[in-house]
Formats: sequence, C-alpha cells, structure tokens
Amino acid sequence: MLKQIEGSHAMAEAIALCRPEVICAYPITPQTHIVEGLGELVKSGELENCEFINVESEFAALSVAIGASAAGARAYTATASQGLLFMAEAVYNAAGLGLPIVMTLGNRAIGAPINIWNDHSDAMSMRDAGWIQLFAETNQEAVDLHILAFRLAEELSMPVMVCVDGFILTHAFERIDIPEQAQVDAFLPPYDPVQVLDPENPASIGAMVGPEAFTEVRFLAHYKQRQALRLIPAFSAELGKIFGRATGGLLRTYRIEDAETVVVAMGSICGTIKDTVDEMREDGVKIGVVCLVSFRPFPVEALGEVLAEAKDVVVVEKSIAVGVGGALADNIEGALRNLEKRPRLHSAIAGLGGRPIPRDSLRRLFETAVTDPWEGPHFLDLNDRVVGREIHRVRKVRRSGSTAENILRQLALTSQLPQD
Amino acid sequence: MFQVRIHGRGGQGVVTGAEMLSVAAFIEGRHAQAFPSFGSERMGAPVIAFCRIADREIRLREPVQDPDCLVLQDPTLLKVMDVFSGLRENGFLLVNTNKTFDDLHLGAIVEKLPAGHAVIVPATDLALKHVKRAAPNAALLGAFAALTGLVHFDSVKRAIAETFPGRIGEANIAAAQDAYDLVMAQERATAA
Repeated sequence: MLKQIEGSHAMAEAIALCRPEVICAYPITPQTHIVEGLGELVKSGELENCEFINVESEFAALSVAIGASAAGARAYTATASQGLLFMAEAVYNAAGLGLPIVMTLGNRAIGAPINIWNDHSDAMSMRDAGWIQLFAETNQEAVDLHILAFRLAEELSMPVMVCVDGFILTHAFERIDIPEQAQVDAFLPPYDPVQVLDPENPASIGAMVGPEAFTEVRFLAHYKQRQALRLIPAFSAELGKIFGRATGGLLRTYRIEDAETVVVAMGSICGTIKDTVDEMREDGVKIGVVCLVSFRPFPVEALGEVLAEAKDVVVVEKSIAVGVGGALADNIEGALRNLEKRPRLHSAIAGLGGRPIPRDSLRRLFETAVTDPWEGPHFLDLNDRVVGREIHRVRKVRRSGSTAENILRQLALTSQLPQD
Repeated sequence: MFQVRIHGRGGQGVVTGAEMLSVAAFIEGRHAQAFPSFGSERMGAPVIAFCRIADREIRLREPVQDPDCLVLQDPTLLKVMDVFSGLRENGFLLVNTNKTFDDLHLGAIVEKLPAGHAVIVPATDLALKHVKRAAPNAALLGAFAALTGLVHFDSVKRAIAETFPGRIGEANIAAAQDAYDLVMAQERATAA
C-alpha cells in the first residue's frame, strides 16, 4: 500500500511484517524513530508474539538480541554511531556465534568531536566484524532490504546489518510502498534455527577454540559469507517478483552502457549522483553510476564486470580511513586489479558529518577526475583556507589546543568579517 | 520539480509543516519529499525544512538551495541568516507577520519577484485564535495553497486532518482556511 510516511516509520512497519519475536534497542539519534515505531506497534497489539525489551545500553541491546536469537527467537535491534561502538564486542560475537540477528544502522558520524549527522564511519568501523552489510539507496529500498535481511540472515545463520543514511533517509517523508503481510509471509518462512539453546538438552556455544581450529572457524565464516554473493541476487529477484518492483541485488547500474566515467557509491547519495549523471549526459558526457548495495560480502566479480569498460572510476564515499584514505576505494581497487584494461581509480571523500553533497560539487568532481586527476583521497568541498590556517597555527604554537574548537573559533571569526 | 524551503524556529512546527505539504501533494498522486535540516532540535533555535514536489520519483537528496517558494515562519530570522539565499527570480515568498513588507525592510526583495508572488499572512495570530498555540504551520499551508496553486486547498485540509486527527486538526484547518481566504483576497486585489 502506498503511503506518504517517514522513512523510520516505514522501516518499523516493514520490520513488524517480518514477525520479529524479540526487539531490544537503546535510543540513539538518528535511529530512534524506528524502534519507537516498533514499540508502539508492540504496545498496540498490532505486532503480536513479540517482546519489546528496554535495555540500559547498546551493549545490552545486542547482548539481549544474541541471547534471544540463541534461544530460537527472531531477534532485531537498531543503533547508530557511538551506539554501535559501545556494542562492538557483541557485534563480533553475534557474527562469530552465527546468529541471524537483523540490525538497522541509522548511519551517523563517530566522535570526537561529537557529530550527530550522517556519514558512513559507523558502518565502516564494523566492516570486518563478519556481518553482512547492505546499504539502502532509498526508503523504499530500506523497507525491502529489511525483509530480505531476515531471510538472508536465517538462511545463512549470519547477522545482517541494514545501513540506512541517518536523517537523509530516516527522517525523510516520502512515498513508500508498504507490502502486505501475505506478501512478506510468502517470502519469509518462520524462523527455523540451526542452533538452539534448550534447557532440556544443555549445550554451550561460543566456547574456547584454540590455534588448532580457529583458522578453520574463520575460513568457514568467510566461505559462508561468500554464499551471500549468490543468495542476495536470488532472494532479491524472488522478492522483486512478489512485490512487483526491482529491489536489492549486489549492486545496481545506471546509464553505464558506453560510459567512459563510472561513479561508484553507496546509500542515499546515489540518487543525487543519478541526477548529476542525467545532467552531464544531456551535455554529451559519457558517464554512469554503480550503486553498491552489498558492501559485505564485497562483490568483486560483479564489480569487475560492470567496471571493465570504464576509463575512469570515481569512488565517492562517506567515510575516511585516517592514514589510508577511502576504505571503499581501496576495496574497489581490489576489484579492478585483475581487469585487462584497468581503469584509473579516483577516490573522493564526501558528506562527512552531514556536509551536504550538492550536484554542482559532484559534477566538478567527476569532470576534474578526467581532466585533472588527483593523487590519493580528494575531500569534496574542503575549506582549504581553514585547513591551511590551522596547519600554520599548529606549526607555530606548541600548546595549540583542540583542532575542532580552533576551527570553530576561526569560522566564527571569519563570519564576522566582511566576505571577499 | 517544485522546491519549497521553510524557515522557522524550533517549536513552530516547521518540520511538520513540510511533512503535511508532502502529504497534500501525495494525496494528489504526486511524488513529494519532505525533510528537515537536521540538527539538535530545540525550542527557539533556527530550523529549516524542505519539501520537493514532482511528477516523477525524486532522487535528489541535497538541501534545497534554489527554492521556488520560500516560507518565512519567523521574521526575526532575517537578522540571523540570509533566508532568501537562492530564491528563484520567478519564485514565491510567503511571510508570517502582522506587519508589512516595508516594516520588515523587504520591499526591495518583493519588487524583484513577479507581481502577486509575495504575500504576508498573520499566521501566528490565526493559530493563536483557532488553535490557541503559536504554531503557524497549518495556516501557512493554507496560504501556500492560495499563493502558489500548487496543491488544492482540499488536499491541504486532508493532510492536516491526517496529521492531527480530531479537534486539534479542525482548529488547524480553521486557521488554514482563514489564511487561504486572506491570501486569495490579496491575490484578487493584485490582479484587479
């Protein structure tokens, strides 16, 4: 049913349609509206046979989900930013134990300095934790990916993180098609766990494993996650047939046929990039975009196929691996490594801590990549003057203080000066 | 695509106003996207909300930089920021005030817009009268429908009723009706 609804609320409705049995979460912006919505559905009785457990922290939220999942319940939680960091140990445990928990991540920057706005630093901090990580481009896709996530998680017995851009998607009111219960039931069978903690048949999970077997355990985790490269397209196709719309997949392409420049990005920014691509196409520029849905597992082969004919590949990502550059760009580099005609790779860092990513900046970026390529990561719309002054100041003064506060002071000062 | 930017302060229903506008457009079978300029929302702090309306899927996620319509819910913001930034030459301007454009020193800006594209409406007064709360958002939506003709006033009323069921909704609709009538009268005067 088509509704004009907030993204978070639509996700709550979609998650409820998946019939979760245990939901536990701790509120943190910008994810809060999702679990609030679920709490209301449980309280009103609309979502039956589900226990909503209020916990005292994110660490407890995921730990309770782990317990519930191990006891055979379909478990769900959500978090963002520092909340994900606080549950970090449990994040690795959920994957290591092979528990099919679904978690929404309302993507938000990580402090310090405190920043509540959107970027992908939180998701990137857990990229090696063993979870499947899917990124939603729109709220419609966020709805669909959650339904896909439960099926995928339970098929593989592996947790799935659905990454949704904080505020940009979670707080946007949009037209969203909420599926019918029968449609979701047709796609998602009742949870049939591969392992259950049962007092009648006591067993332990997560026991000590020494050097004699740890490598094999990790190999199998890797092997298992690579199965998702086959399952995600298959399940997406099945879901698409039931819902009557194309959804999910490992990646989606837009106007890449004959494209000389191909942009790669994840999440909601793909929409703005598509509009930019349309504008540039009108002016005769051969450009297209690849929207990556599955970041973990990383679809090396599928990426190699869609990037094989490109001359320039521009990776736009919302996080910075300090000391290296763009993590996504690094991963894409790996996918390009064995191509016959290897395209040039250009890495751009954009939208950190909620900085808007406008079309004109993107267009300049894509044009510059071809005409005047840069080395290393390029920071989109970086204020060079502020950075230059701060570097200069730090060189001159030993006790130079906090960079963040100094920059804010500098910006406050310049805003009071006549602009040039 | 038609883009609206609403400037106001926390507590004035800025975000809800943008959301209700998107619902009104949705009721008419159009695509609409409403979102706030995200921040630590607190009472009285400057808040910006956006609404895009189009006949096809809206993919763009950047903040509205070149609005077709600017709604100023609180003229005290004129001293705080450049609220008119990017307003299109043929755009619309809707200001919530019981003063005049000249009182607010906005004559020069109004002159640049096409005739009949800038109106004032005492939306807070109307809200206080009907809703007993200084939340001018619903009244401004009524004025928006009259000013731009982009959405029918009936859709605005339905959107308000969906957002605020019961008596609060009715009171907001009454405020919106008054604002709609006021602006229609101004528009007729301009046309005459």
